[in-house]
Amino acid sequence: MTTPHWKSPGGEPLTWRLTDLGDAPLTLDSRWPSPELPPQPLATATGTGAGVRVCVVDSGVVPDHPQVGRLDGSFAVRTGPDGQQVVEPDEIGDTCGHGTACAGIIRSLAPDCELVSLRVLGSGLSGTGEALLAGLRWAVEQRFDVINMSLSTTKRDFVLRLHQLADSAYFAGSLLVASAHNLRVESFPWRFSSVISVGSHDLPDPLHLLYNPVPPVEFFARGVEVPVAWLEGGTRRCTGNSFATPHVAGLCARILGNHPGLTPFQVKSLLHLTSANVRRAP
Amino acid sequence: MNPQDALATALAVTDSDTGHRELLQSVVEAARGVFGARAASIIGLDPGTEELVFEAVSGEGEDFLVGNRFPAARGIAGWVLVSAEPVIVDDLAQNPVFDRDIAESTRYVPDALMAAPLLHGDRVLGVLEVLDRDVRRQSALRDLDWLGLFAAQAAAALATVQRARSARQVLHGEGSAELTEVVALVQAFTALPAERRDAGRRLLQALTEALAARP
Repeated sequence: MTTPHWKSPGGEPLTWRLTDLGDAPLTLDSRWPSPELPPQPLATATGTGAGVRVCVVDSGVVPDHPQVGRLDGSFAVRTGPDGQQVVEPDEIGDTCGHGTACAGIIRSLAPDCELVSLRVLGSGLSGTGEALLAGLRWAVEQRFDVINMSLSTTKRDFVLRLHQLADSAYFAGSLLVASAHNLRVESFPWRFSSVISVGSHDLPDPLHLLYNPVPPVEFFARGVEVPVAWLEGGTRRCTGNSFATPHVAGLCARILGNHPGLTPFQVKSLLHLTSANVRRAP
Repeated sequence: MNPQDALATALAVTDSDTGHRELLQSVVEAARGVFGARAASIIGLDPGTEELVFEAVSGEGEDFLVGNRFPAARGIAGWVLVSAEPVIVDDLAQNPVFDRDIAESTRYVPDALMAAPLLHGDRVLGVLEVLDRDVRRQSALRDLDWLGLFAAQAAAALATVQRARSARQVLHGEGSAELTEVVALVQAFTALPAERRDAGRRLLQALTEALAARP
């Protein structure tokens, strides 16, 4: 997989003017996602997500679950001695099963992706908003290609910082795929336009994607009675946007595996073009 | 009713939990009925001990569960609490783990569980749980919507009950020292015999004026 210059660690700074581009090519190929394919390929129908780095920001992931497979890293946000949130290697795994469920769904759609767990919940009831923020910041700094976040916060104190992080991810080429709240509650970061927000449809097809013509929830994916991995090698059937979101994260990994270097804007456009309810006019 | 008697009545009402249990119970009864479920519970969070406490139960366990506690940071209820998101989980009984120690302490191990947070502003007061709904009735997406509606009712009811409990604590001298002194003054006033009421009221007026006067 070719790493775009703006995604390499310490890569190019953001451009503010055309003259900032330097040697970067200004002319882009309109035959995207690649010259070999027609304009609207079923970029999500096949693919393994090979070479794509995916981070699951959740309750942790059970290592070596048959439906999850190999983890390429397992980390947790903890409160350091000075009260600051720090990210450290994690030995605990999953505290409730939710993160494992999300990881298994991503693996089912992108079997060759690199999967990393970042546990931001499960260390107590307080400070979860701070842990979520610190975890997302870490994931963005690590420049994951796809960040699955089946979580949100209702606390308005975090909105500005979350918004800045979501925009940073967007411009750094990290796709932040975030669950819409299941209740009619305003929460974040799914409300931001720089993320891919996901709700649920009730069809049993993991590849069936719907684009919402009336956002802010932009896409609907399988989120009802989804067979998922759980603790101690077990399985469950779960319902909620939490489980629709990793379907879209997995599809994003497929797209990026097939077409490395696409920007979040392009991946979102491709998701839109390949949605089941978006059709070519007769 | 004269103002003094009205005040005494207000204190008595505040000091009673009559109606509160019925309020919470009505929500779980309605939820259980609508979902055709084996049980429905309102489980409040005790932030002091980080435990969840059964506040109201309809169906399985309603005879003995109210008041029972379990650790809040565990299992599906713990997830709902920290994520503030509802979830439906099926196929629980077929699998080796489902917080079985907690489930068995309630003497009932369900096969399916719906749980929603009790949101009050940006605080989560607890969890509404519905066990073994009748899956033939509706789609799971619709169930999630209905669960959210019941959770909103349960949250409003639990917030009311918690406010009343706080008021009772004050009445019983378990609040701040300042509040306790004010409550003691009010209780002493309402207890005055008829022949001393006018004198008591004049004393209160004088006290109010003295407190309001600028130094």
